[in-house]
Amino acid sequence: MMADTYSSLPNWKYFLRRYGVLTGLGLVVLMTTLYFYFRDPQITEAVLASTVRYSTPLVLGALCGLLGERAGVINIGIEGQMLMSAFVGFLVTAWTKSLWLGVVGGVLTGALMGLLLAFMSVTLKLDQIIGGTVINIIAIGLTGYFYQVGLAIDGKLKPIPLGPLANLPLVGKVFFDNPPITYAAIVLVFVVQYVLFYTKWGLRTRAVGEHPRAADTVGVDVYFMRYANVVLGGAIAGLAGAFLTLEAVGSFERVMTNGRGFIALAVMLFGKYTPLGAWGAALFFGLTSAIQTQVQFAGVDIPHQFIGMIPYVMTILVLAGFVGRTRVPAADGAPYEKE
Amino acid sequence: MSETLALEVRNITKRFPGVLANDRVNFALKKGEIHALLGENGAGKSTLMNVIYGLYSPDEGEFFVDGQPAEIHNPHDAISAGIGMVHQHFMLVPVFSVAENIILGSEVTRATKLDLRTARREIRELSQQYGLDVDPRAIVEELPVGIQQRVEIVKALYRKAKILVLDEPTAVLTPQEVEGLFRVMRQLTERGVSIIFITHKLKEVLAVSDSITVMRRGQVVGTTTPAETDENGLAEMMVGREVLLEVEKGPAQPKEIVLEVKDLSVYDERQVEVVRQVSFDVRAGEILGIAGVQGNGQTELAEALTGLRAVLSGTIHLNGVVVPFENPRALTEAGVSHIPEDRQKHGLVLPYSIADNLVLSSYYKKPYAQNGRRNFQAVLGNSVELVEQFDVRTPGPQVPAGNLSGGNQQKVIVARELSRPVKLLIANQPTRGLDVGSIEYIHKQIIKERDAGAAVLLISAELDEIKSLADRIAVMFHGEIVAVVPVDAVSKSDLGLLMAGSELKKEPESVG
Ligand SMILES: Nc1ncnc2c1ncn2[C@@H]1O[C@H](COP(=O)(O)OP(=O)(O)OP(=O)(O)O)[C@@H](O)[C@H]1O
Ligand SMILES: [Mg+2]
Repeated sequence: MMADTYSSLPNWKYFLRRYGVLTGLGLVVLMTTLYFYFRDPQITEAVLASTVRYSTPLVLGALCGLLGERAGVINIGIEGQMLMSAFVGFLVTAWTKSLWLGVVGGVLTGALMGLLLAFMSVTLKLDQIIGGTVINIIAIGLTGYFYQVGLAIDGKLKPIPLGPLANLPLVGKVFFDNPPITYAAIVLVFVVQYVLFYTKWGLRTRAVGEHPRAADTVGVDVYFMRYANVVLGGAIAGLAGAFLTLEAVGSFERVMTNGRGFIALAVMLFGKYTPLGAWGAALFFGLTSAIQTQVQFAGVDIPHQFIGMIPYVMTILVLAGFVGRTRVPAADGAPYEKE
Repeated sequence: MSETLALEVRNITKRFPGVLANDRVNFALKKGEIHALLGENGAGKSTLMNVIYGLYSPDEGEFFVDGQPAEIHNPHDAISAGIGMVHQHFMLVPVFSVAENIILGSEVTRATKLDLRTARREIRELSQQYGLDVDPRAIVEELPVGIQQRVEIVKALYRKAKILVLDEPTAVLTPQEVEGLFRVMRQLTERGVSIIFITHKLKEVLAVSDSITVMRRGQVVGTTTPAETDENGLAEMMVGREVLLEVEKGPAQPKEIVLEVKDLSVYDERQVEVVRQVSFDVRAGEILGIAGVQGNGQTELAEALTGLRAVLSGTIHLNGVVVPFENPRALTEAGVSHIPEDRQKHGLVLPYSIADNLVLSSYYKKPYAQNGRRNFQAVLGNSVELVEQFDVRTPGPQVPAGNLSGGNQQKVIVARELSRPVKLLIANQPTRGLDVGSIEYIHKQIIKERDAGAAVLLISAELDEIKSLADRIAVMFHGEIVAVVPVDAVSKSDLGLLMAGSELKKEPESVG
């Protein structure tokens, strides 16, 4: 009787039921943006451009988190992975004078940190929260210890306008005139979404995070899938670290991640463990941050501490109000025992 | 050897800490036969099957597939050797669709993309071919267990299994579904598939199998055929003593009303009213059996009565007062015992020890705790006693409940629920997955509770169980109670008709 509810729906109804709310929200956002754009194009463009900038490390961090958790490994060490990669990326660039080698160094560092987390949680079956905390402590300790005052790099990764696309009104500046890691983040959102939900790799990853024993019984290597996803996630967190030193700031400071790794976790949750959702959540957080900056510029007579809270409060209100319950992968955080 | 063997294992030994689960087991499966594997709870049947399927690596032993030595170290090897398995506790990803579950591990892709369209078509073809009707798009967790099992079988067939292991497939099925499964099994053997079939139901063994192997305490005690034996013979072979297959019980002496249900309506997850305006009562000293084909609201009814599910409308009175569902502890202290349908989900904390599971509802009370401190001595003492009494097969009470065999997990729950003062016992499929010896024991215990003055509500898909235990029978159909009859007033076939929703020719006298 109920077995055929899904297949009996015509395609458009099926689509509406699944994506109706999302489509509606998208339309609202589009209309509002257009409205402001026609009132004040300059400010609107500036706000949207910084929205994308703010969102980049968050969405990368969230991708790292969700790859791990979809496979059943909780990663609260994103902050540490980012920080360490930011530092190593910076050092490599400082020594080799190559920004690109720095990015590679950052990504590899992230992957290595991922490998360490995977070893602790998959092989040693340590509590995964402790594993993540170890990573965070190692990162803060090492980067603080080896931090050298005065070490500097020349310049940072520059925006690359994408030909005529960059001259489009509104979207041109915002999406088609960005530095490389920002492009990479956007591309990665779609790549990871595709991989997770439309490929063999993704099916196996999710199976391992939901019911590892079931995956094992059909010949899926649970340990391998977990290792691979955590390492890949680490590499993406590494890219976020490289973004901070080599694309956004151009130097390294102590604990410069400043909690982004943890906000990325929130972004991942609000995005319901989907890359597109996380991107939406990160953009929303970025937008409120950008608006907050504008409000501070405008010199409104409210203590800046309160204005500084805007992004957090707004994000909690809107996302908690609209997103609804998130379903956590069933085997998230549970080590897998073969016998 | 003259006949060709599809599968042979020799000298399989498998040890778990403190348990010799398989002790030099030899087992041979002929091509195209249905081979039943029988044995008490904890005899080592599932272990042997998990070894054959590559999930457990044996300490010793050899495998032969089609007469050739085979190396099976993991499920992947087993699948390549043509072995498929439907596990005692299903191995499906609940949030995946049927198609996704079936192709997992053997995915079809076009370029990099999963080719779900082709997969769905192949699944439809397979399910038509074998009459295993499944909708590839349905989400598994929304499906009733009977259909989930079909998915498991299709999953094995999709991998072109030539040897199919079915570990207690009928434990969760209704009689009609069991018939359907047997048809499928016969059809499969006609196409050259060989089947190992584990069950505790001796009638099924005699009805469907070509040969029968019996295990006891990790060893094979013998192999026979349905022609050479009967139910009593099999039971004795399994348990090692004679077993009473029918319970003896005196007439009920009903007293005051303990549970009174009026116009109760309940929703299921999809907000469908699955219990509709149900009214009945259960008196002290009697057993009311609820009969019905699975999925007619019994599960939801039991959940509502035990506070696991919200009541939509209607009232539930216990000893004349409204039941305090918001406070589960008050419910247990009022003497309500509950044997839930899903032992792993609602009955046990699997990682906890047997000892702790046995005091889940009384750990805070004397003698298990004093001045806010737990008394481990008392907890242990209690468990040693109950393990002995209920014959839980385990190396010790400190073993995690999750390591027990399915039937022994069930015994732990029954032991806990019956070991404290019972005023009302709600037993939902209390003997699911138990061997004949344990069923005998638990049936006796339930009748003992009744005779001691407990009110018993027994929900069971087993007509035999209802017929032999209940004093009155309420038949549920489409969420309604369509008849309440004294047990002697109906025959099994009449019950079957009522359960299928048809009226009886002569109106049964209505009681209660
Ligand atoms: N993973 C495990 N770890 C430790 N002991 C185990 C494990 N699995 C099974 N055992 C033990 O091995 C023995 C055999 O268990 P098995 O599950 O094979 O029994 P079974 O014959 O399938 O019983 P049932 O009919 O109750 O399902 C039991 O004593 C059980 O406690
Ligand atoms: Mg078993």
